[in-house]
Amino acid sequence: MTQAAPLKAVLAIRHLRKEYRPGQPVLKDISLDIDGRGLTAIIGPSGTGKSTLIRCINRLVDPTAGEIMFERQDLARLSGQDLRMARRRIGMVFQEYNLVERLSVIENVLSGRLGYVPAWRAFLRKFPEEDVTRAFDLIDAVGLNQDFATRRADALSGGQRQRVGIARAIMQEPALVLADEPTSSLDPKTSVEIMELLAEISARRDVPIIVNIHNVDLARRYAGRIIGMTGGEVVYDGPPAGLTDADLKHIYGGEDFL
Amino acid sequence: MSAIDRPAAFPVNWPARFAWIGLALYTAYATSILNLTWARFLTGLDNGAKFLGRMFPPNMAADKLDLIAVGMVESIQIAVLATFFGVLLSMPLGLAGARNLAPGWLSWSARGLIAVFRSFHPVIVSILFVKAVGFGALAGILALIVSSMGFVSKLFAEVVEEMNPKQVEAVRATGASFWNVLIMAVMPQVMARFVGLSVYQLDSNLRNSTMVGIVGGGGIGAPLFTAYQRFDYDVVLTILLLIIALIMLTELVSGRIRRIFQ
Repeated sequence: MTQAAPLKAVLAIRHLRKEYRPGQPVLKDISLDIDGRGLTAIIGPSGTGKSTLIRCINRLVDPTAGEIMFERQDLARLSGQDLRMARRRIGMVFQEYNLVERLSVIENVLSGRLGYVPAWRAFLRKFPEEDVTRAFDLIDAVGLNQDFATRRADALSGGQRQRVGIARAIMQEPALVLADEPTSSLDPKTSVEIMELLAEISARRDVPIIVNIHNVDLARRYAGRIIGMTGGEVVYDGPPAGLTDADLKHIYGGEDFL
Repeated sequence: MSAIDRPAAFPVNWPARFAWIGLALYTAYATSILNLTWARFLTGLDNGAKFLGRMFPPNMAADKLDLIAVGMVESIQIAVLATFFGVLLSMPLGLAGARNLAPGWLSWSARGLIAVFRSFHPVIVSILFVKAVGFGALAGILALIVSSMGFVSKLFAEVVEEMNPKQVEAVRATGASFWNVLIMAVMPQVMARFVGLSVYQLDSNLRNSTMVGIVGGGGIGAPLFTAYQRFDYDVVLTILLLIIALIMLTELVSGRIRRIFQ
């Protein structure tokens, strides 16, 4: 009997705690390992700290206590230049896409290289040729016509914008992608398409993606692992198949929604 | 009968009522102190009509026109140069004054400086610069640079503070440096408004540049003032008509420029 070597964790969170106001923790002692592949969905009611958890990882929010080990560094303790270097390796996809509306699609995608490109190049839009080529490839890979490249982001539909947001994140060549409610502003059909795209990218490019998501069905369908949170704590962690109605009742409270 | 018991639908706002009464009393007091009488106003209208009558027809003599042309061209140069340098300096000053971008000590010092620049009318600043660098266009340019910075950087700082923080956050999350965030997330959001402010400032500098000459700051102001004092009202009219034409022309041009940068 040979057991498969355990996958090395890309991200190891230990005893993570976040209080926006002292004494009122939004995250209570979270410990998690994210290993090297597939979609991990975090589900839970609004206000339970899903967003805060994801934002602590790339330090858009500063944790109060705990460790976030990523590429042999504790993200919780980084600042300045070191933090920027670590952020380059973590892509992020947002609920409201957060594209720079007045920039073109290609400029938004190339923004994913801003951790590497010096300011004069960004100012003159003299991005390295291989970056530009890759940006075009990515626009194609996320399912947009390359004719979109020079269109302004504010001329796009929600689904198209989210595709550009995903391309921007992948442009970073990240070791980890965080997606904060990537489908919550989209219609049901587009939501499925975006989840499909995230799952495909995760598999094809071998990059783990952590997705905060409200829609339990979508989470079950596309994630290889589901983390259920309630009241700032992890109350379920396992495969989608193991998620029972009793678990959902525990996560969301009540059962009217079932 | 029960109607008497219910609360008043439109209760009296006593503080507001006192404020209005106070304003009315002060207006009456100030009018009496300053010796404003209806009779004086009526004589004034009469004088004004005579004055306007003496302006016509505008003086189009070649030697006068040459003199006026030199002054007008200088005014335009003052306005353009002052706008260019004033707007250029307003960009860093405005960014430094934006509280969502700069650290506290920097934004407060920038705001302090902007407040000083805004305290004085361009003509007063002109007097200072005429004393400092002597008569001529340089004094006018420097004065208008100061007033341009006061106006543009204050409003630009407000524009920057109103930008969408989510777009900035997304670019920051890629590991971009401060300067790259500025270039790719902040500037695209605020540039159009900045251009709008700059064009407006050019407009306003063209008007102000016709005035700094009165105190020796160069441009059309000096010939205009001289013409007034020598009672050459027909020359005054020529100059005034040219200024109106110039302002209308800039109105047209500035509309075009704004549209280019939407």
